Amino acid sequence: MTDAAYNFAYLDEQTKRMIRRAILKGLAVPGYQVPFASREMPMPYGWGTGGVQVTAACLTPDDVLKVIDQGADDTTNAVSIRRFFERTGGVAVTTRTEEASVIQTRHRIPETPLTEGQILVYQVPIPEPLRFLEPRETETRKMHALEEYGLMHVKLYEDIAHNGAISTAYAYPVKVEGRYVMDPSPIPKFDNPRLESAAIQLFGAGREQRIYALPPHTKVVSLDFEDHPFDPSKADHDCDLCGSGSSYLDEVIMDDEGGRMFVCSDTDYCATRRARGFRGALSSEEDAA
Amino acid sequence: MTPLLKVEGVTKRYGARLGCGDVSFDLWPGEVMGIVGESGSGKSTLLSCLAGHLAPDAGRVIFDTRAEGPRDVLALSEPERRMLARTDWAFVHQNPRDGLRMGVSAGGNVGERLMAVGARHYGDIRETAIDWLGRVEIAADRVDDRPRAFSGGMQQRLQIARNLVTGPRLVFMDEPTGGLDVSVQARLLDLLRGLVRQMGLSAVIVTHDLAVVRLLADRLMVMKGGHVVESGLTDQVLDDPQHGYTQLLVSSVLQV
Repeated sequence: MTDAAYNFAYLDEQTKRMIRRAILKGLAVPGYQVPFASREMPMPYGWGTGGVQVTAACLTPDDVLKVIDQGADDTTNAVSIRRFFERTGGVAVTTRTEEASVIQTRHRIPETPLTEGQILVYQVPIPEPLRFLEPRETETRKMHALEEYGLMHVKLYEDIAHNGAISTAYAYPVKVEGRYVMDPSPIPKFDNPRLESAAIQLFGAGREQRIYALPPHTKVVSLDFEDHPFDPSKADHDCDLCGSGSSYLDEVIMDDEGGRMFVCSDTDYCATRRARGFRGALSSEEDAA
Repeated sequence: MTPLLKVEGVTKRYGARLGCGDVSFDLWPGEVMGIVGESGSGKSTLLSCLAGHLAPDAGRVIFDTRAEGPRDVLALSEPERRMLARTDWAFVHQNPRDGLRMGVSAGGNVGERLMAVGARHYGDIRETAIDWLGRVEIAADRVDDRPRAFSGGMQQRLQIARNLVTGPRLVFMDEPTGGLDVSVQARLLDLLRGLVRQMGLSAVIVTHDLAVVRLLADRLMVMKGGHVVESGLTDQVLDDPQHGYTQLLVSSVLQV
């Protein structure tokens, strides 16, 4: 079968319509998990089936797509999803954050601030922030409906009681517009302040069949205690390639003698800085030349 | 004075079978009401109906709320009822596993109700939790242990602390001493009696153990086959039982 045998961006129009309705409802009620009839996608659950369906429903032939996985444009997940939409939709693709109109992401928010008109699509493994505290979905839905969120703080209390500080470092729960408590997908808590963004943010959970959304400039507050305020921490280091002191860093083990380097997890941000001449502590000679 | 809880003709049927039929009583502030009867007599059904866990088929349960005076609990909206259940009410389950979060530390278990009503200061929550663990005779150094690491008696005491931390006015207890050995039972009862008197709590206690009601309850209702067959002051009912079933119940207690 040729690629042309598929509808634009793989999904049929009826399905896209259903997903768009869920997205619109999600945007109308920020942070609320809208159920939708998730389809089988040609990739395994956990690889971003929710994000792909949301992206497919958002894409138009004029869009420019960027796909990142943990901030990187060149990992398997990002490459295969980008190629998927190139083949089934024929859309233009890019790795540059500011050029993209739709960005599908797994576990990161790009360092470059997003602008109005951009759409950021998250891949979400577990949309329910209360899942591991209250296993019954009937009960968690009721808790959302009645705004009973004391339990979320029990988790943070346990963190402090056992570790001395709030040790939740990713998927850090947030409260949206003073109403719904939301799981921001497993982004590092460093990214939480950037959830208040000019872009539209859509969250798709394929296996769990939920879509939720943050309209532009929505108020997003990370939960904390008065005496243990929220701290968006990162590795205390500069990027060893581009020298950035403000971006989120990956730690890379270099050898078995304790050698390590810290590099920006956002590859586009790092490459752009290096192209502008910024250098880090471990930049190679030819880079510096 | 208005009764704290006014129960009028509560009836619950399971299909053709009767759970409990036409039960009425008043519970006054500071009073402890015992409900005794054999297994299947409808006492747990009645308690579930009163606490809002089951919807009775007929009858009214009127609670004297702090803000708005007497309200029919069954006619409250769900958010209101749940709010009541985590502020003015408490429910102590027979099995502490039903009432505790087993994966959460003792401190977190006690603190949950505080956080549910809006406490957001870690230091204060922890201090209150440790204070309450002390009141139920759990050492302060166990505050970060999970309930799994506790003995049955400690789990039950922890459940009581977790329930009383928000200063409820009405406590429902379903066989609070069931499954505990007699010496642990005695300590728990002693503790409960102290707390009930100290805090001026009203309580409805369901049990099949006459010793429990003798120690804790001011008044007593004896149930059989879903109906209340006898009620009155505890000592009066136990020392001078009138109904045949009550006489049987009292005489079946083993004397050591």
